[in-house]
Amino acid sequence: MTSAQQNAAPVLRVQGELNIYRAAELKEALLARLAPGTALQIDLSGVTELDTAGLQVLMLAKSTARALGGDMNLVAHSPAVVDVLELLNLSAWFGDQVVIPPSPTSFAR
Amino acid sequence: MNLDQALQTFIVESRELLEDMENALLTIEQAEDPAEMVNAIFRAAHTIKGSSGLFGLDHIVSFTHVVENVLTQVRAGKLSITDRLVSLLLSCCDHIALMVNAVAEGQLTADEETLQRGAPLVQALLAYLGQPPQPQQPQQHPQAQAPVPAPLPDEADKVERIAGDASGADLWHISLRFGPDVLRNGMDPLSFIRYLGTIGEIVDIVTLADALPDATRMDPETCYLGYEIAFRSEADKTTIENVFEFVRDDCQLRILPPKSKIADYVALLQEMPEQSARIGELLVRCGTLTARELETALQVQTAIEPAQPLGEILIEQQAVQPEVVEAALTKQKQVRETHAQESRSVRVDAEKLDQLINLVGELIIAGASASLIARRTQAAELQEAMSKVTSLVEDVRDSALQLRMVKIAATFNRFQRVVYDVSRELGKDIALVVSGEDTELDKTVVEKIGDPLTHLVRNAMDHGIEPAEVRVAQGKPAQGTVKLDAYHDSGSIVIAVSDDGGGLRRDKILAKAIERGLVEPGHNLADEDVYKLIFEPGFSTADQVSNLSGRGVGMDVVKRNITALRGSVGVHSEEGRGTTVTVRLPLTLAIIDGFLVEVGRSVFAIPLDMIEECVAYSAEAGHDYTDLRGEVLPLIRLRTLFEVEGSAVRRENIVVVRHGGQKAGLVVDTLLGEFQTVIKPLGKMFSRVRCISGSTILGSGDVALILDIPALVQEAAGAATNSARALENSAFSD
Repeated sequence: MTSAQQNAAPVLRVQGELNIYRAAELKEALLARLAPGTALQIDLSGVTELDTAGLQVLMLAKSTARALGGDMNLVAHSPAVVDVLELLNLSAWFGDQVVIPPSPTSFAR
Repeated sequence: MNLDQALQTFIVESRELLEDMENALLTIEQAEDPAEMVNAIFRAAHTIKGSSGLFGLDHIVSFTHVVENVLTQVRAGKLSITDRLVSLLLSCCDHIALMVNAVAEGQLTADEETLQRGAPLVQALLAYLGQPPQPQQPQQHPQAQAPVPAPLPDEADKVERIAGDASGADLWHISLRFGPDVLRNGMDPLSFIRYLGTIGEIVDIVTLADALPDATRMDPETCYLGYEIAFRSEADKTTIENVFEFVRDDCQLRILPPKSKIADYVALLQEMPEQSARIGELLVRCGTLTARELETALQVQTAIEPAQPLGEILIEQQAVQPEVVEAALTKQKQVRETHAQESRSVRVDAEKLDQLINLVGELIIAGASASLIARRTQAAELQEAMSKVTSLVEDVRDSALQLRMVKIAATFNRFQRVVYDVSRELGKDIALVVSGEDTELDKTVVEKIGDPLTHLVRNAMDHGIEPAEVRVAQGKPAQGTVKLDAYHDSGSIVIAVSDDGGGLRRDKILAKAIERGLVEPGHNLADEDVYKLIFEPGFSTADQVSNLSGRGVGMDVVKRNITALRGSVGVHSEEGRGTTVTVRLPLTLAIIDGFLVEVGRSVFAIPLDMIEECVAYSAEAGHDYTDLRGEVLPLIRLRTLFEVEGSAVRRENIVVVRHGGQKAGLVVDTLLGEFQTVIKPLGKMFSRVRCISGSTILGSGDVALILDIPALVQEAAGAATNSARALENSAFSD
């Protein structure tokens, strides 16, 4: 995970697997960066796997951010993320623009 | 549960399922009840998909999913089982097997090669589904999820489908709350929903995060999510319930069948009061309920006394949904049944069994040694005790060996596929008839017999069975038959591969052999001996004579493989009628009952089941054969053969051995008696030694060599021809 400052909106870049093994780590990293009045961006382009535990943390961060009067946005969804959001019909819940990446060449991811 | 172990189980089970699937596919065209076969195939594919989903093997899931879709169509009677479809499904079976094998080798995701191999199959399957190939779309979830955030190539199609079908409440409603420990137990709710999507279409889904606490109390390893799913599927309730079988104890599941009474939906809403509005929205959105119905429902809900016990609602629900109860009962019964089956058999590592056999082998040697000492001490009590121990050890040996015995059926069944494939390859119509599947033989033998048998079967099909026109012209049925048979015969197992083809052309083989210098012209060879020439290395590889073309290709390899198993091969053929190749193998490779003989100071062991009788030595003066009740019995003098030192004793003995219908007499000094022998293979250094197949250690600690009777008999057979000729010649000269 790396963070960067971009046009005042902090960006957290998450890479690799976003699963139960890293959920606790992610939770801390996310909560530490949430601050009242700021919109945190989470760059998901490097996420190779997303499971329920990872998803929950993202949902938690979203609601926590809103409760704090800020916001949290997911950007650059990787195919693995899109797949899960699609499956659970959560794109609207997060309310972020999902850009469908060019489809993989074959039928499996 | 250890994941590695679970994965191993998955691999083993998948392989078994694939085998079942293959067998069902191969027999489906002849089956009396094809529907049952289709179900079996479907079940196999379905289970593999389900389990792969649990392990996150998405490439297997997505491939099997397409296979399953086609099978669903077949099950629904919308597609008929054709030859072409069977071939395609068999290839799919192979592909899944490849992927499972890759998983077994630790490759948990698909690589480019696998994908490329699978792609044409998927295309072909999609063609059956009436869908144009869609290379541009990821096909993990071909079913639509209602809100499509960005335009997809076939969005129009999806929208139309949803709008067209969403009339009325023909959707299942699944209400799902996962327990807090699901994640910690190694399950991912996502995989279940994914899997659900494979048995039908998830028309709409609402993810409920209401249980998610605030940041400080939230434990990342606890599951807080719940789902409300509108689901369209042909599957029955049990099938849908079974999707969640693995989290059964860890989740709250409520399934409402399509067109349930409004009261049921109300009851559902009641149970989840805090989310009722959102669930209601979902129901309305999917057309399960109309907005008006929802309104009434919500009103009813508020009207109901809050004190109404939950149990009452449940009973009410059960009353209107008898199938729920039924499903639950069936489920329980199933669980009990699997339990009973599990306790009946235990999976044991083959290595552990081998170790046991080894130990039993050592035990036999040690026991023999103890018996010997007991006899020497001449203490009657000790001898008695020892004989008891010996007989027990024998029993232990027998049951230990029995553990390794497997039925040959599994091996034979594999040939259904071989015959199916090869007959298509060759464009011949050939059926496989199998008998004696229940014959048991040692696992190690089974493993090693596969290749030679395949070769023999292929050969029989390729060169044995004539083209249909020729067959019809000869008055035979157009369909050729290849038979596999197995039976026990005097301590060995016999596997016969026969065809009803043209048979071997004796004259052609002989001409070929003479041409190659294998046989001297003018020799009178028995038919058996002529046919055996096809096992000569390189026989008929070059300058092929059409009728026996290829018959010899690789036959020498077959023979070598079988000889390496201490077995032998024989051929019987009738011109115009067919050929039978008989493979004779020892039942087990580890232990034999031996008969000990002495020559000079060397001790040899002869496998007991090959011994016919023992007679006192007598020989036609100056010849190496004797007259055994009017028969010529060729003699082999072990002393000469193995160059044992010392001269012959005064009273020699002949041990008459028989192998594959031929007899020979072994000339030895002394007969020592029976002895259980554990075979110790000879080291590499002795691999070129002829007529010795192994060694064993005697009770006294001495080494005895085990004689390779098939090789010896062969040797004697050569001699016999000569001696028979000698007899003839002498008769003529008189």
